[in-house]
Amino acid sequence: MELLMSVVVGVFFMVGTYLLMTRSLIRVVIGINLLSHATHLLLLTMAGLKTGAPPLLNRGETEFSDPLPQALILTAIVISFGITAFTLVLAYRTYKVNKTDDLDQLRGSHDE
Amino acid sequence: MSLMHWAILLPFIFAIFVPILYKYIRPVHTGWFVLIIPTVLFLYFLPYISSIANGETFYEAVPWVPSLGIDFAAFLDGWSLLFVLLITGIGALVVLYSIYYLDKKHEAIHNFYVYLLLFMGAMLGVVLSDNLIVLYVFWELTSLSSTLLISYWFQRDASIAGAQKSLNITVFGGFAMLAGFALLYVITGTFSIQEMIGQADVVINHELFLPTMILILLGAFTKSAQFPFHIWLPDAMEAPTPVSAYLHSATMVKAGIYLVARFTPVFGGAPEWFWVISGFGLFTLLWGSLSAIRQKDLKGLLAYSTISQLGMVMCLLGLGSAALYFDEANELYTVAILAAVFHLFNHATFKGSLFMCAGIVDHETGTRDIRSLGGLMLVMPATATISLIGAASMAGLPPFNGFLSKEHFFMAITDATQYGIFNMETAGMLFPVIGWVASVFTFVYCCIFFFKTFAGPFNADRFAKTVHEAPVGMLISPAILGLIVITVGLFPNLLSQSIIEPSMASILNGLPMDNEAFAVDIEHWHGFSAELFMTIGVIAFGSLIYVSMGKWKELSIYKKSEDVFSPLYDSSISGLIKGSQKITNVQMTGRLRDYFAYISVFFLIVVGWTMIRYDAFAIDLQYISEVNSFEVALVVLLLVSVLSLPFIQQRVAAIVMLGFIGFLIALFFVNLRSADLALTQLLIETVLVILFMLAFYHLPELRKETKRLTFNWTNALISFGVGLMVTLVAFSAFTFGQENDFSPISEYYIENSADLAGGYNMVNVVLVDFRGLDTVLEVLVLGIAALAVIAVIRLKLKEGDDV
Amino acid sequence: MKWKTNNLLFIHVTRVVSFLILAFSIYLFFAGHNDPGGGFIGGLMTASSILLLYLTFDKRKIDEMLPIDYVSLISAGLLIAFGTGFIGLFIGDPYLTQYFDYFTLPWIGEFELATAVLFDVGIYLGVAASALVIILTIAGDQ
Repeated sequence: MELLMSVVVGVFFMVGTYLLMTRSLIRVVIGINLLSHATHLLLLTMAGLKTGAPPLLNRGETEFSDPLPQALILTAIVISFGITAFTLVLAYRTYKVNKTDDLDQLRGSHDE
Repeated sequence: MSLMHWAILLPFIFAIFVPILYKYIRPVHTGWFVLIIPTVLFLYFLPYISSIANGETFYEAVPWVPSLGIDFAAFLDGWSLLFVLLITGIGALVVLYSIYYLDKKHEAIHNFYVYLLLFMGAMLGVVLSDNLIVLYVFWELTSLSSTLLISYWFQRDASIAGAQKSLNITVFGGFAMLAGFALLYVITGTFSIQEMIGQADVVINHELFLPTMILILLGAFTKSAQFPFHIWLPDAMEAPTPVSAYLHSATMVKAGIYLVARFTPVFGGAPEWFWVISGFGLFTLLWGSLSAIRQKDLKGLLAYSTISQLGMVMCLLGLGSAALYFDEANELYTVAILAAVFHLFNHATFKGSLFMCAGIVDHETGTRDIRSLGGLMLVMPATATISLIGAASMAGLPPFNGFLSKEHFFMAITDATQYGIFNMETAGMLFPVIGWVASVFTFVYCCIFFFKTFAGPFNADRFAKTVHEAPVGMLISPAILGLIVITVGLFPNLLSQSIIEPSMASILNGLPMDNEAFAVDIEHWHGFSAELFMTIGVIAFGSLIYVSMGKWKELSIYKKSEDVFSPLYDSSISGLIKGSQKITNVQMTGRLRDYFAYISVFFLIVVGWTMIRYDAFAIDLQYISEVNSFEVALVVLLLVSVLSLPFIQQRVAAIVMLGFIGFLIALFFVNLRSADLALTQLLIETVLVILFMLAFYHLPELRKETKRLTFNWTNALISFGVGLMVTLVAFSAFTFGQENDFSPISEYYIENSADLAGGYNMVNVVLVDFRGLDTVLEVLVLGIAALAVIAVIRLKLKEGDDV
Repeated sequence: MKWKTNNLLFIHVTRVVSFLILAFSIYLFFAGHNDPGGGFIGGLMTASSILLLYLTFDKRKIDEMLPIDYVSLISAGLLIAFGTGFIGLFIGDPYLTQYFDYFTLPWIGEFELATAVLFDVGIYLGVAASALVIILTIAGDQ
C-alpha cells in the first residue's frame, strides 16, 4: 500500500509541477492545488498507513493510526484552502486588469 | 557596566535626545547642547593620563555573547588614551566650530549632530574595544556615520557620489578585516586582542598567517586611505568642513593606523608585516604629496596632504615593527615608533586647524579654488596667522611641532638603512630618498596652500560675497589648535612622559619597559646631523620648486587634478553594475514558468545530491501493508483523473475533475482511518469548487480553449524528475522510519489525551490542547488570506494605472 | 449573487436542508473533543450551509436576514482563541494551557466542561468567517 501511495504522490507531484510550468494562469492555480493534495498524502504515507483504528480513544481500541500527521494535515488542508483561494483570486484579478491569462504576455517590462 | 562602557555609550544615548532638543528649543543652537558630551568625556578621561603614565592599564568586560567568546570588553592603555583624547578633545573643538559654521535656521543641524554623535561613540568604541567582534561592529559604524556625514548635503550629486564611494571602499575593507578576525580566531581561539598578544609566536608561525595579515591590513589600509584605496578621501571632502576636520583628518582615517599599531605586538617582527606596511606607507607618502600639488581646491589639497601624512605614519609603524624582531628596545628601531606617535598627534593638531581655516575661507568668500583666491592676508589677518602656523608646522619648519616629528621621521628612515635585516642594507636605501623627495613636495604644497590663499593683491570684485574676517566664535577652535602647535613645538617634552611613552609601550608591548629607549627626550637641536641637512635641503629645493611654479603649472600633468585611480574605480563600479544586470537579464526572463523550472531543477539537484551523498535511498518492500481491491480501484481512478488533468481543454471540466480528485482523496482518508481528515477534505472541496465556479462565472472568457497547450518536453522531463524524486523520498522515508523503529511522538498523545486534556478524539486534542498555538496561528493565516482577498478584489485601479 | 433560478424545488429544499446542515455543523463542533469534528470542521460546515443559502436566494435577502459583518467575526474568533490562552498565564501555567473537569447535574448526568471548547469556538468563528469572506468577496465583485 505504501509503495502504491508513494507512486500516487509522485504522479501528483509530476502533474502539479507540469501544470505550474504551463502558460495558462488557471492551470497554475490548479497545479498549486494538486501540489497541496500531494503534500497531504505524502505526510500520511511517510508516517505509515493502516497501523490501527481511527485515533478515537473511546471505542475500546488499543492500536491507533498515528494522530499527529492527521492533525498536521488537517491544519494543512485548511491553510491550502486559503492559499488556493488567494492565488485564484489573484489570477482572477490579474485577468481582469490585464485582459489575458497567458503568462507569456504577462511578462514585466525590461527596465525592471 | 563600568563607567568606561557608559562613556562609549553616552554619545549614542545623547543622540536620541538631539532631535527633541532641536525641535523644542529652537532659539538655542543645538550644538551648544552637543558640546557638553565631548567636553565631559574629555575631562573624564584626562585624569587617566597620570595612572596610564605609571604603566597601569584598565580592563572592564561585560558579557555579550559569552558562548561565542564575545564580550563587550573595554581596554584602556596609552595608545587608546591618545586616541580617546584626540576624539573627545578635537570633537569638542569641532562641535564648537560647527556652531558658527552651520546656520541653525537653514541647515538640518539635528541630522548633523545625530550623525556626529554616532560617529563619536563608534570611534570611542573602536579604540576602547578589546574584543575584535565588538571592535568590528564599531568600525563599521564609523564607516556608516562617515557616509551619512559626507552626504549631509544630500541634495548635491557630488555629496552622494562621494558618500557612496567612501562607503563602498571602507565597507569592503571592513569585510576583509572581519574575515581576518575570523582567521585570527581560528588560529588563537580568542577574540581578545590582549590574549592574542600572548600568542604572537603561534600567529606568526601559523600557515594562515599571510592571508590573515593581508585581510586585516585591507581593513586598515582602506580606512586610512592608503594607496591605492586613497581615492575615497578627496571625494569625501564634499562633507561640511567640520566633518572633514574631524573625521577625515584627525580621527576616523587614523583608525587604520590605530589598528596597525594595535596589531603590531601580534604580527610585528615578521618580514611580510614590515615590508607591506612600510612599503605601502612610503609610496602613499610620495603619491599623496605629488597629488596634493596638483589640487586646485583647498580642501582637496588638504585631503591629499592627509593621505600623504597618513602614509608617513604608516611607514614609520612598519619600520618600528623591526624592534619586535630583535625583541629589544634599541633606540635605533623605537625612534620610528616615537616619530609615528608624535607625528600622529601633531598631524591632528595642525591639520585640524588648517581644515578649519580652509572652512573659514570657504565660508567667508564662497570659494575654495586657489585660482580665484588670493590676498586675504589683510582682510582676514587672524585666519591668515593661524594658517601660517599650521602650514609651517606641516612643512616641517622650526619651531613648530611638525618640525620635531619631521626630524624624527628623517632620523628613523636614515636609521632604517642600518637595521641589517630584511635586506634593508640594499632596498632600504629607497626609504631616505623617497621620504626626502616627498618632504620636498610637502613643503611645496604647504607654500601653495598659504601663499595662493593669503598672499598677493586683494581684489574684492572676484568674490560673490563681501569678504571680512570670520566671527570670533569660529576662530576659537583653530586658534586653540594653533596654540597647541606652538606649545608642543616649544616644549615637546610636555608630551613625552604623558602621551608618547605610554603609547610606545602599548605598541611595543612585551618589550622591557625600563629600557633607556623608552625615555623619550625630544630636543630641537641635534647638532649638525643628517636630519638637519635633510631639512635644510627640503626648504631649499622646496622654495626653488615653488618659485618656479609659473613655469611648471602649464604642464598638462598639473592641469589634470583627478587621480588616475578614480576613473579605474568608476569604470569597475559601472562594469560591475552592467555585468550583474546582464546576469540578471539572462536569468530573470519574466516568465513564471521559467522560475518554476529553476525552483524544480534546484530542488532536484539539492534533494538528489543529499540523498545520494548520505546514501539515504532505502527501498525495502518487507514493511508495506497489504492492498485490497477497493484501494486498487481508488488508486486507479485517482491516477487516471490526475493524469487527464493537463489534457482537459474545457475549464468547467477541469474544475469538475479537480473537485472529483478532492473527493477521491477524502475517500482515501476514510480508508486510512482518518475521519476528521475526510470530513475536512469533503467540506473544503465543496467550498473550493463553489469558489472556482464563482471565479469562472464572472470570467466567462477566462480561457479561450482554442489555444492548444504546447507539449513541452523539457517541462515534462523536469516534472517527471520531480515526481520520481518525491516517490523515492516518500518511500525511503517510510522504510527508514520502519527500519529504525523510532517511537513516534504521538505515543505521548495516545497515552495522555484522555488524562491531560479530557478528550478522546486525539486529532482534535492535538489541535486544541497540545498544539494550540499552532492552530490559532493557522487560523490567523486563513484570516490574513481572507483580508488579502478583499484587498485584491476591492482594489480599484484608475484608468491607465499600472499594478 | 446573480443566479436567477426559478427552481421551486431547489428553493424549498434549501430552506430545510441548509438549516439541517447548520444544526449538524453545531453538533459536529461540540462532538469535536471526543468524536470526529471540532472547530475546523464545524466552521467549514457552517460556512457551507450559509453559502447554500446565498446560492439559492438573492444576496440582498440573505444580507438582511443575517446582518453579520464577517470580517469582524474573523477578528472576534481570533481574539477568543488568543484570549483563552491567557487563562493559563493567570493561573501560572504556560500560555494556552487548557483545563477541563467533569460535573454531574441532576437529570442530565455527568458532563465535561473544558476551556478547550472555548478555544475551539474561536477557531470555529475564525474558519467559518474566513471562508465566507473569501467567497462572498469574489461573488460580490462588480
